[in-house]
Amino acid sequence: MRGLLGRKIGMTQVFTEYGEAIPVTVLEVGPCVVTQVKTIDSDGYKAVQLGFEDKKEKHSNKPMNGHFAKAGTSAKKLVAEFEPITGVEYKPGQTFKADLFREGDLVTVSGVSKGKGFAGVMKRHGFGGGPKTHGQREHPRGAGSIGQASYPSRVFKGMKMAGQMGNKKSTTQNLEVIQVDADNNQISVKGAVPGGKNGFIAISK
Amino acid sequence: MSDAKEKQINKNIPSFNAGDTLAVDVRVVEGGKERTQKFEGVVIGKKGAGVSATFTLRKISGGVGVERIFPLHSPMLKTVKVVRRGKVRRAKLNYLRKLTGKATRITEKR
Repeated sequence: MRGLLGRKIGMTQVFTEYGEAIPVTVLEVGPCVVTQVKTIDSDGYKAVQLGFEDKKEKHSNKPMNGHFAKAGTSAKKLVAEFEPITGVEYKPGQTFKADLFREGDLVTVSGVSKGKGFAGVMKRHGFGGGPKTHGQREHPRGAGSIGQASYPSRVFKGMKMAGQMGNKKSTTQNLEVIQVDADNNQISVKGAVPGGKNGFIAISK
Repeated sequence: MSDAKEKQINKNIPSFNAGDTLAVDVRVVEGGKERTQKFEGVVIGKKGAGVSATFTLRKISGGVGVERIFPLHSPMLKTVKVVRRGKVRRAKLNYLRKLTGKATRITEKR
């Protein structure tokens, strides 16, 4: 399996043998159950669908309950697909645990970043804002010019402006696995991971 | 989370406060060899909680004030010993930096 689903627990620090303090994020990883195996014949592409964390059947709709029943598992809160490793057989009902990861592995973690609401350009894009003193003309937190006049007579697409910041899928690559606690289904990765505490995440190698 | 944190915490450290004099044995690794270095000084403050807690020691070495910050639960701290309990009226003794000689004395707690 290339990756697993999990939850962010929080951040702490870990000392190395030489007294260096490494900032780590503790993640709850798995156990994940294979809920469906997609093949080129039946679905047009290859994928392994994993489910993470039980939920009550009444909190899941009938089509999804049928889907879980087919795989022989209980209803799951989070379901996502991963690319399968060629040459490895997957079957519904199979479980994967945190021991999939080894210390020293580099992993990619995706999650939904913390929402910051409708943010201005200084917060959202790191703009400098306008002058604060000397008879300021532009607004202190304003963006300034957004383009030229008669040519091109329009604002270019993708112009950095104020808008929704955060609460959006975000990915951090190349995080080193520092500790693996297979008994408690926990791993620690070096550095920060998108999202708040208890937020769902996908970890892949 | 609490499990991952507790594993790090060194339970052999005596309780101490600002104003106390500590003698600390620090492991020093140089070129693959390990030796211990002693550092004795007054605690001028403690900071943080849990695994990330630190404390600052200040001593006068050759007429020059030396301050060193130690992570409380660092594996580099071999032993921490309280030499003297001092009686002070605040948690951070930053005022000691401005004082020299007799004025830096701290009365012992009984």
